[in-house]
Amino acid sequence: MADTRSSFHAQLQNLQDAIETMAVMVEQAIHRAVKALKDRDLALAQQVIDEDPAINQTELAIERECLRLIALQQPMAQDLRAVSTALKIITDLERMADHARDIAKIVLRMGGRPHVKPLIDIPRMAEVGQRMLRQAIDAYVRRDEAPARQLVELDDEVDHLYNQVFRELLTFMIQDPRLVQPATYLIFVGLHLERIADHATNLGEWAIYLITGQREELNP
Amino acid sequence: MAFRTGGPPVEPAPDQPPKYQIRGLDLFYHGGRTQVLHRVGVDIGRGLVTAVIGPSGCGKSSFLQVLNRMVDEIPGSRVEGLVELDGDNLYREDLDVVVLRRRVGMVFQAPNPFPRSIWDNVAFGPRVHGVRSRSRLNELVEASLRRAALWDEVKDRLHHPALGLSGGQQQRLCIARALAVGPEVLLMDEPCSALDPAATARIEELIGELRGQLTVVIVTHNLQQAARVADVTAFFLHGQVVEVGPTAEFFTRPRDRRTEDYVTGRYG
Repeated sequence: MADTRSSFHAQLQNLQDAIETMAVMVEQAIHRAVKALKDRDLALAQQVIDEDPAINQTELAIERECLRLIALQQPMAQDLRAVSTALKIITDLERMADHARDIAKIVLRMGGRPHVKPLIDIPRMAEVGQRMLRQAIDAYVRRDEAPARQLVELDDEVDHLYNQVFRELLTFMIQDPRLVQPATYLIFVGLHLERIADHATNLGEWAIYLITGQREELNP
Repeated sequence: MAFRTGGPPVEPAPDQPPKYQIRGLDLFYHGGRTQVLHRVGVDIGRGLVTAVIGPSGCGKSSFLQVLNRMVDEIPGSRVEGLVELDGDNLYREDLDVVVLRRRVGMVFQAPNPFPRSIWDNVAFGPRVHGVRSRSRLNELVEASLRRAALWDEVKDRLHHPALGLSGGQQQRLCIARALAVGPEVLLMDEPCSALDPAATARIEELIGELRGQLTVVIVTHNLQQAARVADVTAFFLHGQVVEVGPTAEFFTRPRDRRTEDYVTGRYG
């Protein structure tokens, strides 16, 4: 089949490549923020904070490109969905990066003091969140609904872990009021990770829209 | 939240019968040697704007000519199947084609005003249909020019030659001429392809204003134009209807792979 708009379609491919790159930056930010927490590595936390503006710049560049393509190419059907999906995806990606940055800020505030308990569930939440991000982007890039649909289960797992973290830390605080501040910091971290998983689910919803043209809520 | 899609909300009531009902339409040329339409089945919604798109040679202009029996003028053509206008068989033998052409007006690709005055052009149809009163004709000329959004530009020179108007004005004059006989349907065959973007925008605005008042069928090569003006879009390919649907859906998530390929330029 002849493609009469091959140069435009090459530009859509570039747009998709840029989103993949942005997703890698976001995944790295989440990974580093939680590693900084685990290792009490203030320098690494600072690095996550310093690199956040680059992610914001990437979002703006992709947004500009989307608006340029709409104005100059008047995309239709799957091409229109590709551009509108890109516009929505970058918003979720940027929010995820903000949560990673906020976790890094908490690490700085904790000032390298020892943790109130060994961290197990929080790193696990981060792992699942990163996996969700990779799967959503995979669904988007390969136009494959299956990895997007699996996000429901993973999101449930993150929610479950967060409840566990919350209840456990609450017990600590009740037993020893001196732990209220460090335990609250960890609850905030859990909350940020829980939000990251929600945004990854949104990404999956956009991937499904791109493929089917239908908006559906994965985790209503 | 509901967003208005522009123009008055025109939804065909479920109990409203379509303006045209077409079933199993075959069209042959050259005494049957060439078949240009194959088993076309489609409803044209009453009071809606329907756009017909498709590559050159797909039969979309021929389809338009079936709708007012212009196709009768092509020697060796033959129509088979059912074409109903308001439930009445368009191809029954005793149908008065002159009456039909008054009910179904047509506007062509190139503006084709008669080499007469602006006034004469618009009054032409009503005169043919027997309107003699000068004051009645004046009323019809003004009303039609107003509906075609041309009145303000020409009211001081109604007796100047129509051919002195710009291309866009000439096309609106042709629309006024078609409207003067009070048609129920307006067929438009690429009405903007010879016009600049500003003149095109005016015609598209005009189509939006006519929406609801009469049924419009527009053939266009310009997908964006179809997207802008039409309530319903139909895609023709090789003489067949591939897909018909509400325009917004048609251009965001077409159901048929061939429609998808055509509207995204993946069809050479």
